[in-house]
Amino acid sequence: MLLVLLLAPLLTGFVRSVKARLLRRHGPPIIQPYRDLLRLLRKDAVLAHNASWLFRVAPYLIFAATWVAAALIPTFATGLMFSWSADLIAIVAMLGSARFILALAGMDVGTSFGGIGSSREAMIATFSEPAMIMIVFTLALIAGSTELSTVASFMLSSAVGLRVSLGLALVALIMVAIAENARIPVDNPATHLELTMVHEAMVLEYSGRHLTMIELSAMLKLLLYVSLIACVFAPWGLAPDGAGPIAYLIGIAAYILKLAIAGLLLALFETSIAKMRVFRVPDFLGAALMLGLLAMLLRFVSRSL
Amino acid sequence: MIYGVACVIALVATVAALAQLTGERSPVSTIVLPLGLPWVGAHFRLDALSSFFLVVVDLGAAAASLYAIGYGRHEGEPLRVLPFYPAFLAAMNLVVLASDAFTFLVSWEFMSLASWALVMVRHRDPDNRRAGLIYIVMASFGALCLLLAFGLLAGPEGGYAFEAIRAAHHAGPVATLVLALVLLGAGSKAGLVPLHVWLPLAHPAAPSHVSALMSGVMTKVAVYGFIRIAFDLLGNPTWWSGMVVLILGGITAVVGVLYALMQHDLKRLLAYHTVENIGIIFIGLGLALAFQANGMALAAALALTAGLFHVFNHSLFKSLLFFGSGAVQTATGERDMEHLGGLIHGMPFTGFAFLVGCVAISALPPLNGFVSEWMTFQAILLGPDVAQWGLKFTIPAVGALLALSAALAAACFVKAFGISFLGRPRTAAAERATEVDRFSLASMFILAGLCLLAGILPGFVIDALAPVTQSLVQAGIPVQGGVPWLSIVPIAASRSSYNGLLVFLFITASAWTATLAIHRFASRAVRRSAPWDCGYPDANPITQYSASSFAQPIRRIYGTNLFRARERVEMPPPGDTAPAHFYLELHDLIWEWLYLPVTGAVCLLADRFNHLQFLTIRRYLSLVFLALITLLLALAIWD
Repeated sequence: MLLVLLLAPLLTGFVRSVKARLLRRHGPPIIQPYRDLLRLLRKDAVLAHNASWLFRVAPYLIFAATWVAAALIPTFATGLMFSWSADLIAIVAMLGSARFILALAGMDVGTSFGGIGSSREAMIATFSEPAMIMIVFTLALIAGSTELSTVASFMLSSAVGLRVSLGLALVALIMVAIAENARIPVDNPATHLELTMVHEAMVLEYSGRHLTMIELSAMLKLLLYVSLIACVFAPWGLAPDGAGPIAYLIGIAAYILKLAIAGLLLALFETSIAKMRVFRVPDFLGAALMLGLLAMLLRFVSRSL
Repeated sequence: MIYGVACVIALVATVAALAQLTGERSPVSTIVLPLGLPWVGAHFRLDALSSFFLVVVDLGAAAASLYAIGYGRHEGEPLRVLPFYPAFLAAMNLVVLASDAFTFLVSWEFMSLASWALVMVRHRDPDNRRAGLIYIVMASFGALCLLLAFGLLAGPEGGYAFEAIRAAHHAGPVATLVLALVLLGAGSKAGLVPLHVWLPLAHPAAPSHVSALMSGVMTKVAVYGFIRIAFDLLGNPTWWSGMVVLILGGITAVVGVLYALMQHDLKRLLAYHTVENIGIIFIGLGLALAFQANGMALAAALALTAGLFHVFNHSLFKSLLFFGSGAVQTATGERDMEHLGGLIHGMPFTGFAFLVGCVAISALPPLNGFVSEWMTFQAILLGPDVAQWGLKFTIPAVGALLALSAALAAACFVKAFGISFLGRPRTAAAERATEVDRFSLASMFILAGLCLLAGILPGFVIDALAPVTQSLVQAGIPVQGGVPWLSIVPIAASRSSYNGLLVFLFITASAWTATLAIHRFASRAVRRSAPWDCGYPDANPITQYSASSFAQPIRRIYGTNLFRARERVEMPPPGDTAPAHFYLELHDLIWEWLYLPVTGAVCLLADRFNHLQFLTIRRYLSLVFLALITLLLALAIWD
């Protein structure tokens, strides 16, 4: 649990610095996100006059839900202590809870930017959540379980092979991950005053420690999706249940390597593509939804696809 | 006074039914009263299915009565509500207990009529009169279908008792016809699309505690009717009957929630949302039928448990939400969300209870709505084992529809709560709103507590449902009481498990740790100031996002075809200072394409036959004679 919390800002900082390098800027040092978070922590929280209790509670709830969800994803070993307490569907739904509260918090002060963000986030969620459920279904039908540990162990075994449905699910999952983490081309994480912003518009009124929590949950969410993709589609190096310390060390090294590769690819992708209009997003995510549905249908039709 | 008594009676009935349901080897008790048709009598029977629905009915009734002790004081004409309210409650109980066709239908009609009278309480409003008319027409249509269904089931010998029907083992075209009629009859009461049109009109028109009962409980009685006939009386389902129910359920779920998203009347939004939840319940029932037809008893039990669990959940949170909207109406006199906003400041307790209801109905962990949806998903995952290709394509498609409706429901309740309770007050009435009375609050908080309990301890509910599935599909999912840490494991631990209690504890614990750590080691100072809003704050609350602007992206994406949604902006010519106008056009295609032609045809026929009223006695006699001859001829040819 602590590992993901400590690594999350590092991944964000890494992506930022790679992006800066690609644009031939020096960019901030890789540990800048930690400094930002600490700086925000020390500042006073400024609330609008009419902010309600929901506005003050929301950051902690969002953080807690995201953190618990992130902690339930196998990072370097498959046998997590409480992995049976929530399966993949529940993890997706927990992220849904976090989003629900965030969207409400965006509407609490009653500014037009908050409303615009919440409304668009709700629209994006109506595509990304079903797409995610379809992907989960595909994985569950292949591995015969919705438990993430079991899925990861199954993916490590030789019974998997190359499957069409897995490929479709991978593409769909990457598309959903991009949208969920408010990355380009769906949303721009670096923006702060733009009519097309979604995530940033919702959190516009937050400051100080509340903003720390929100930012940290966004970083955790990015790490969560990268870990999820890594543990399902690139499970190499995951230490099996009850392995020795060397296996765990290899697992950790492999995990950090996977994060670095994913961060590199993400930065490359983001610098090479332009942001799309808000009303193009449904086309993008609709494609993800259809890919997920197709993958699931293939599994229903044939056991070998 | 009446509400107090009703509350006590309903509570006693709840406890009795719960004891019957969970008691060891609960015997099925029957009673025959010498009422009703002389050669049939009135049969009543209390088995597992009846006891479960009795719990749902009476729990809802108890909560509604408690709520009404406070809420009923604001009623303008209490004498229009009080006589019908207990009759409505009694009729719902009788439907669930009835064990012969005659008693069932009489109680069913009694329930419809009593609720119709309650819908017509505010009859001076022309909209309510229209709602009442449509409701009574649809209710009569539904009752007619059920009447025909029972006629077919009883056969020419007139075996109206459920025992006789069960023993008859219907199959072939009769069973098909009965199932179609039951889908029409019970479906129109429950609100299956496209028979839902009366529901969003009639439910909001009644006083709020009655709306809660109609939405949270009466639709469940309709679901009971469907289960009783399709699972218990007919038995041996065919696979395509499961497919039909599945498709209807899936369409109902998505269409219902899309309609709900387009509304800005709080109570109407909730009523459309009932349509969505009925869809989810019917998905569970359809899956159970399909699995049963394939001989997969365990999967059928899981799907049925999921459906019944959702019945229970929906009765809890839908009642809670209707109570909340009633409280809002009492405090502000408004149902239109565009006139609300910022209520969380004036009504913090109602706001909290309403928020719990919103999270629960959006199927988000750790509350109860998620558990039943999770179980439905688990049942869908057992789908590839069915043999028929039709089902192999239908089940994943319905799974996608279910996931879509869950996501849309979350959007819908962000809108419902965000627009009415958060933000800045849009009218003076919303600004002056104060908290409602203690009875109403107590009722809402009890329901909210039950939502949380059923969410974090779902194993107990599932175990209580085991006798029901045992009697209907002859299988139960494994006992959940003994699973460590109170998780639920519907099939096997390696396949799937969910632990609401731990999820709840983890989230609470992490939130507390984060809060305490930050307040201890970092800053805890708070400064108040004007909102930032990117430097463009506008003092006028009208500039906030409204209910219809919140739904705009979703309306554009989903509504362009489904509702023929069209937006038009009229700008004044340059230099003119006149305001610009925004027009929004929405069509209810189901109403326009299905109901208006039928109504038109009925009116046309009535007009044509009108001159039959003014014939001479000679012609009437010849008409009677002709009819007699035709009937005799028909009989002669038939034999």
